[in-house]
Amino acid sequence: MTFQERPLDRDASSVGAAGGRDTVPTPTSNSVAVHLNGLRRRFGGVQALDNLDLEMAPGELIALLGPSGCGKTTALRVLAGLEDADSGRVLVGGKDITELPANRRDMGMVFQAYSLFPHLTALQNVEFGLGLRRVRSAQRRERAGAMLDLVGIGTHADRYPHQLSGGQQQRVALARALAIQPQVLLLDEPLSALDAKVRVQLRDEIRRIQLEVGTTTLFVTHDQEEALAVADRVGVMRAGRLEQLGPPDEVYQRPSTAFVADFVGLSNRLPGTVSGDRVEVLGTALPLVPGAASGIGSGAVNALVRPEAVDLAVDPDGRGRVLAASFLGPTSRVSVAMPDETMVVAQVASALLPELAPGTAVRIELRPVPVVVEAA
Amino acid sequence: MAGVTARRARKQRAFRWIVVIVLGLFFLVPLFAMLMFTIREPDGHYTFETWRQFFDWPQLASTYPDLWTGMRSSGELVLLTVALMLVLLVPTVVWVRLRLPWLRRVIEFICLLPLTIPAIVLVVGLAPVYAWVTYFLGGSPMTLTFAYTVLVLPYAYRAIDAGLSGIDVKTLSEAARSLGSSWGTVMWRVVLPNIRSAVLSASFLTVALVLGEFTIASLLNRTNLQVAVELLGKSSATMSVAVSLAALVLAFILLFALSFAGRRRGQNRRSIRETS
Repeated sequence: MTFQERPLDRDASSVGAAGGRDTVPTPTSNSVAVHLNGLRRRFGGVQALDNLDLEMAPGELIALLGPSGCGKTTALRVLAGLEDADSGRVLVGGKDITELPANRRDMGMVFQAYSLFPHLTALQNVEFGLGLRRVRSAQRRERAGAMLDLVGIGTHADRYPHQLSGGQQQRVALARALAIQPQVLLLDEPLSALDAKVRVQLRDEIRRIQLEVGTTTLFVTHDQEEALAVADRVGVMRAGRLEQLGPPDEVYQRPSTAFVADFVGLSNRLPGTVSGDRVEVLGTALPLVPGAASGIGSGAVNALVRPEAVDLAVDPDGRGRVLAASFLGPTSRVSVAMPDETMVVAQVASALLPELAPGTAVRIELRPVPVVVEAA
Repeated sequence: MAGVTARRARKQRAFRWIVVIVLGLFFLVPLFAMLMFTIREPDGHYTFETWRQFFDWPQLASTYPDLWTGMRSSGELVLLTVALMLVLLVPTVVWVRLRLPWLRRVIEFICLLPLTIPAIVLVVGLAPVYAWVTYFLGGSPMTLTFAYTVLVLPYAYRAIDAGLSGIDVKTLSEAARSLGSSWGTVMWRVVLPNIRSAVLSASFLTVALVLGEFTIASLLNRTNLQVAVELLGKSSATMSVAVSLAALVLAFILLFALSFAGRRRGQNRRSIRETS
């Protein structure tokens, strides 16, 4: 087993401020493209991967999102070499690595479960992969220290995993994965065991570091907010297939299927009638997402309308009656019952909440944003 | 109310001490009797001559050559059995946990079988096998290693399995693999250091069992410590009892060390977790 030793591209002092949505990922010389071609994997009676195709550009961060059992973790594990595909190919940097064992794939991985070696300190954990690559002791220590600084935990280098919190352990795991300068970084729900506040902090840190390092990254999560916040592109998976792959705003605002619209964000299912490239819902003609009505044609459908596309106005003659309201901070969700027993959920500014007491008559207006429809 | 609770606590404490003292006497009185037997002369005087001989190993070897051979055989058997048990059991149990979890119950059942089969029955089964072992490897007492490895399986399996239950073997080995470790490195540098106390427990139990084993060695006509002690009893009762006492004390010390190792492991797990 031989490894090509590569110098670190930067030291800890060069790490800049957190990257945001507007920051363009900059592929480094180490960044590689990843292709998953026609992957299939079956576990007993369950088809975990069903002809999955995925192309990742160098330096790109793709988040795979989907419900439990949709195959997202299996896809990541097949890429890591921890699971064998029944058929299909895995190409990294143009090289076919389908048959290569996990320890020769040169990938860094952060797991959902805490995976630090309990008998080693944080520094020794980070040094572990470098040791396997025969990096000299002094250089190894220096690199590991720089990586711990990069993830903001340099002061805890001598602590053992049981002396670190969950968030700190995952930071060390990230440093350990990055220390070997992997071709691809794989994140398997690394934040799911953390509490909400640490989760958001670490999520942003992961994005900042990924932008700094420029490593092509696959991030698996079932948390849509997490996926939308960190990814260059989000892939929504269902039953082993990619239902939609696109930038976060596109996936959210122009979902290609009812499943995506339903899974990513909240949606109202409102009865409507398709006519041409529009659908009439609650008296408003809404544009359809291109291709959304293909296979359905004209006629009665259910339109999936986001709560933030629903406006409420207090009106004694309004047909809706407020049923309940949930305070969510700056915004609130208000449930409105229509005379035909259709339930409409609207997202409104919390400042309007005092006017929307249960029983208040309201008028509903829909904003003309493109919607997806499904057969009624 | 507080008075009643305190009285109950005092009673419980007293009961615990009574149990400890009774059990202590149960174990210590025979040991004390053995010690007295080795140091008391028929005329009522006390002498440590037997123990002086016991610790003067060159003299012991020349005076009691069979005993010396038995002690050496048991010592070598201990080393071989511990080594074979670890080499066989640790990778097997780890592999079953990682790749063949559905086989876990089967392996557990097989490993626990020797516990349910009396040694005499085992020997009946082993006799024809050992005819072949003797044919291929000769009649050396070291061939008992195979039988003893089977005999220690229930205890060693339990200890190692308990150690593995304390760590997430799958995730740790996958993490090590993703960092570039071969399976050998995973085993040597990740799994073994984290089940060190379990491996120690399994080894101590093996030592205690091999040092005390008589039935199989005797029925298969091999000489180990206990067979030699039994033979020695016919010619020098005091030395025979002294050796038995030393073996028992050694086993007690090992078991005590084992419980200490277990406690250390427990303390490590209870270490304070910091919040972020």
